[in-house]
Amino acid sequence: MNPRRDVFPHRLDLQHGCVELSHGGGGRAMAQLIEELFLAAFDNAWLRAQDDGARLMVPPGRLTIATDSHVVSPLFFPGGDIGCLSVHGTINDVAMAGAWPLYLAATFILEEGFPLADLKRIVDSMAHAARHAGVPIVTGDTKVVERGKGDGVFITTTGIGVIPEGVAVSAHQAQPGDAILLSGSLGDHGMAVMAQRENLRFDTSIESDTAALHKLVAAMVAAVPGIHCLRDPTRGGLGCALNEIAQQAGAGMRLREAAIPVHEPVRALCEFLGLDPLYVANEGKLLAICPAEFADTLLAVMHGHSLGREAAIIGEVVADPHCFVEMATVFGGRRLVDWLSGEQLPRIC
Amino acid sequence: MKYLDEFRDGQLARGLAARICQETDSTRHYALMEFCGGHTHAICRYGIEDLLPGNVRLIHGPGCPVCVLPGGRLQAAIDLAEQERVILCGYGDLLRVPGARGDTLLKAKARGADVRMVYSVDDALDAACTHPNQQVVFFAIGFETTTPPTAVAIQQARREGLGNFSVYCNHVLTPPALRALLAAPLPSPHRRQGIVQIKGQIDGFIGPAHVSTIIGSQPYEFVATDYQRPLVIAGFEPLDVLQAILMLIRQINANDVRVDNEYTRAVSPEGNRKAQRLMDEVFTIRPSFEWRGLGELPGSALAIRPAFADWDAERRFTIPAIPAIDHKACICAEVLRGVTRPEECKVFATACTPDHPLGACMVSAEGACAAHYHYGRFRQAAAS
Repeated sequence: MNPRRDVFPHRLDLQHGCVELSHGGGGRAMAQLIEELFLAAFDNAWLRAQDDGARLMVPPGRLTIATDSHVVSPLFFPGGDIGCLSVHGTINDVAMAGAWPLYLAATFILEEGFPLADLKRIVDSMAHAARHAGVPIVTGDTKVVERGKGDGVFITTTGIGVIPEGVAVSAHQAQPGDAILLSGSLGDHGMAVMAQRENLRFDTSIESDTAALHKLVAAMVAAVPGIHCLRDPTRGGLGCALNEIAQQAGAGMRLREAAIPVHEPVRALCEFLGLDPLYVANEGKLLAICPAEFADTLLAVMHGHSLGREAAIIGEVVADPHCFVEMATVFGGRRLVDWLSGEQLPRIC
Repeated sequence: MKYLDEFRDGQLARGLAARICQETDSTRHYALMEFCGGHTHAICRYGIEDLLPGNVRLIHGPGCPVCVLPGGRLQAAIDLAEQERVILCGYGDLLRVPGARGDTLLKAKARGADVRMVYSVDDALDAACTHPNQQVVFFAIGFETTTPPTAVAIQQARREGLGNFSVYCNHVLTPPALRALLAAPLPSPHRRQGIVQIKGQIDGFIGPAHVSTIIGSQPYEFVATDYQRPLVIAGFEPLDVLQAILMLIRQINANDVRVDNEYTRAVSPEGNRKAQRLMDEVFTIRPSFEWRGLGELPGSALAIRPAFADWDAERRFTIPAIPAIDHKACICAEVLRGVTRPEECKVFATACTPDHPLGACMVSAEGACAAHYHYGRFRQAAAS
């Protein structure tokens, strides 16, 4: 896009400049930030119209809407940053309804003094993620809070998608006898972020698994429209996601620890810090619950997709009035996989 | 994972479990206590109890440093954290433990107190260096394992003249707690499944892993000589625990009571002399210290020596003794001694849960009740 020299004679200093209160003030500075940063990166017809809202064409069928706020620290981590995370997170929430995501909206809450160079890096990462996913960011909003009243940048994204005919995905559908499938290894995102925190400084090869799962989901629902439930095990990890589903479905779960993939460096770092990978966050994995007779077909479809190569059948849904999630351990015993009590904190011993 | 997977091998576990089954005497009962929370964690996480015959019972002991910290001292730390210009640094799972008034360090943090979770005392020293105008207090807790690093930090603070660093010392000692468990009076014998049992009688101990790397195996000798109970020091891996159980059963069957060491890859009879010297230089034994769930135990905790008084938070700040009485329905003392099982407590999983703990055994994931709640309560549900 050509800069409009008549309106903004001095271009934004995206190398050395900082976010100022005026960038959220509704005046010329905000218009310039939108035009030279957000519009330049997300460039599409809806944004170019510069109206308050985007007018959308939607295909026939049921729509789904999901929203997600992102407050990650640090903002940049191995394998991703808050920008691509905010795109993937909402696309995945839409996809977990079995839907194909169509459009995204993005809201930025910026802290006064935040470097524009970092903001550009984040916005470019969002633009790349949205383009790669084929889901445009069609509207947005920017607010600036005083220095000390934010944490650099918070991003909220909202997405809408359309659910294919014949697909009815909900945790309430999970039934005893169903198979539980997991699309890949656990804990990569949470441990990549944790290893970067300033007081740990671990030198590891762990990278966040942040990824948009809608293409994998599309292949899965096309092959097995009768999938009962899809869930991305983000905060709280697999353990909390399965407990949520168990409660919604009014059933129990039986898992096989030996079948649950966890990459070696993640296992090692969890071991070192006294954390359980079952409760560590993921940003590019999904859980699928389907009737047992379709499990092998679904697994084969997942294996055929780059984001499902390590997919595995990790257990089954069982009748259990207590809705317990139990696991057969690699050691030969059994244990409960309970809800987390608060946040997972490292153990002392 | 090298050096870990070898100790978690399911096939070896089945072999050991079969041997335990063969060698247990079906006409008697074996009540074995694992003292440490680390063992409790391994037992529950790997489901070791499922591999044992019905007459071998594991009792989760009081070796969870977060659990046994009295609520009054925790409340004192919360009050300290709320003082102006104080940064309070503590270990992770300490932050959500309720103090005397049900308050927690996490709640204090939410109210604006500067409470920081650290992974080692070094992080607290770093905070003192980077915040010279604030008082950094390290909330030191733990058994002999975490004590030497605290000693090193205090020495370093003195060497570097770090005037804004101090330690609120709550380090406790393992052998006095073991002695208290053994010296407690027991209820009368009763019959269970045709076998005469004394509730709370402990037939043998799985001895601490990391603690023993510091103090060695010698300090436990009194368990065998004074109380005629076997003790086997074991590593924290699940195969270590199974092997220790087999060793204990053999000792009990042969009536050959002694202190044995399964964890020879890390523990020597005399322990880590350098660490012991460090602890002795910096700390002295308190005449008495309160343990949550066990009460006052003589000679069971450490205080900072007068030579290091300048780095002792109890001398730098006015820290009042805050009385904290556990909930009247709480029977933690009985649970910790194995007299009562967690699920037999009236408030277990009802009024007392990990989110709202009433007593010591529920406050940390390694506590006897919390471990049963998180990992094992499906067994109770199946039994009912």
